[in-house]
Amino acid sequence: MKILVPLKRVADPANHNKIKIPASGDSVDTAGLEWQINPFDLYALETALRLTENGKTPKKREGEVVAVTLGPKETETNLRSALATGADRAIRVETTDEALDGGLVAAALKKIVEEEKPDLILLGKQVVDGENNMVGQALAELLDYPMATFAATITEEADGLLVEREVDGGVAKVKLTLPAVITVDLRIVSPGSVHSKHTDAGFKYGYEEVRFAPLPAIMQAKKKPLAVKNLAELVGDQKISTTYVKFEAPPGRKAGIKVKDVQELVQKLASEAKVI
Amino acid sequence: MANVLVVAELTEDGTVRKTTHSAISFAKSAAAGGTFSILVLGAAAKAGAAELTGFGAAKVLACEDASLANYLAEHYAPTVAEVGKGFDVLVACASSFGKDLMPRVAARLGAAYAGDCAGVSAEGGKLTFKRPMFAGNAFGYCQLSTAKQVATCRQSEVDPAEPSGGASPVEAVALVAPGAGAARIKHLGVASVKSERPELTEASVVVSGGRAIKEKFFDIMEPLADALGAAIGASRAACDAGYCPGDFQVGQTGKIVAPSLYIAVGISGAIQHIAGMKGSKTIVCVNKDPEAPIFQISDYGLVADLFQAVPALVEELKAHNAQKG
Repeated sequence: MKILVPLKRVADPANHNKIKIPASGDSVDTAGLEWQINPFDLYALETALRLTENGKTPKKREGEVVAVTLGPKETETNLRSALATGADRAIRVETTDEALDGGLVAAALKKIVEEEKPDLILLGKQVVDGENNMVGQALAELLDYPMATFAATITEEADGLLVEREVDGGVAKVKLTLPAVITVDLRIVSPGSVHSKHTDAGFKYGYEEVRFAPLPAIMQAKKKPLAVKNLAELVGDQKISTTYVKFEAPPGRKAGIKVKDVQELVQKLASEAKVI
Repeated sequence: MANVLVVAELTEDGTVRKTTHSAISFAKSAAAGGTFSILVLGAAAKAGAAELTGFGAAKVLACEDASLANYLAEHYAPTVAEVGKGFDVLVACASSFGKDLMPRVAARLGAAYAGDCAGVSAEGGKLTFKRPMFAGNAFGYCQLSTAKQVATCRQSEVDPAEPSGGASPVEAVALVAPGAGAARIKHLGVASVKSERPELTEASVVVSGGRAIKEKFFDIMEPLADALGAAIGASRAACDAGYCPGDFQVGQTGKIVAPSLYIAVGISGAIQHIAGMKGSKTIVCVNKDPEAPIFQISDYGLVADLFQAVPALVEELKAHNAQKG
């Protein structure tokens, strides 16, 4: 199976409470926060690796994983880290963060899919900075591909992929015939969530979440192919159609009081907060 | 002034889901003096449409077809987009249904998309969508420059519309055949968690448990939920560990809730969790670690071992309920 994994960099998600919004409200200042790959995209990469290997022999790739990102030269750091983790090749689309929105990213990815012809495009369900949750769905529509969003498990069968999706109130099960688009949710990186046709049904990975690249792989990744394209080659003169006119910090919450026991708690909830 | 289309959401048994009522409120704000209509799709769409005639819509449109019995975006998007061509703005609630469907509809229409909005305003003839970003640490205000605009709204941020009387006419609309790609997806079923409790995103009281409760998750949390008539939520760690289903998760990337009372039990308060509940009116936490970040946003914090404190709290609440009658 050949899988395309689009990745986006985001400011360190564990420290999003440290972002600053200047008084002018014209931007979000993430200075001091390290760039990382969006966690859901890392999960998509891990999923792609699991789908192109036998879980027992993960060093041998049974297929191809191509990582792609859109951004300035420095985003190649993120691609190199994807290559070190196990992706075979990478593509960077030269542009700036400001020149992109979800619609444009989907349009550019569509072109890359037409050139690369992957069997599957695996994406994170959303980026954790902009949180718009749209690229996978929009890409599927532009390609007229079937899609499974919010995937929690994927099992490869002889004629396609069985996907369990986390939806409101339960789990929806769909069967996809490739080519297709899948966006992954948090539970996809549980040890027993993804099984390629090479991996035994009961197999569980021996770690939580995602694998880490060993040092030799980081060295080898420097030699793996990384192609660069121009955004205009892919989307012509199409421009962003979403403009942020203002940002503001949400109202803060203050710490309240510590109660000494459950009696005091219930009394406060009843007479002070008046919520019970 | 805009002409807005609301895409309604039906439950598995064909009734209108409450998410639709939030989408109607949102549509009214986006219409800003214009009109709105509602589109219902499903195998029994007309019955759903009949539930929605009292909300002041110009029309309630029903696309009833057996192929729409089980929701799949591949089958819904073509009809929504076709009907949407007659409107300026298309909206739905950012439930898993709306988040799955509407970006696909937007792409089909060549429209820009604003997802999971906390509000919308119309000034100077332009719509400005207010969107929570960065795990609830920023609101971004965005404008879309395409001819059509598509948006979803966050249920906890938009009060549901109440029936306003009147009788909107119901019209049938034709199904638009899906693209070739739709033949490559098959719906195999939904394993739904049936519960007598209120839905997480609609409950006025939510009690959430963390990983610390371990296998006792339901033993500890259910009596508390029963005593308060509450929905049960959880931290990501509790869901990941399998102590409760994944759709219990409250947080930036799970359910966003804003009840009048939120009780966090054994939850330390990672920023992703806080992003999903900090809009709650009153926040209570029970945690044995007084340094846990959850205390910094709680109105009432109880430093205690949850395995003793929660059963004691249940007894105290029962006594309070009995006294209140």
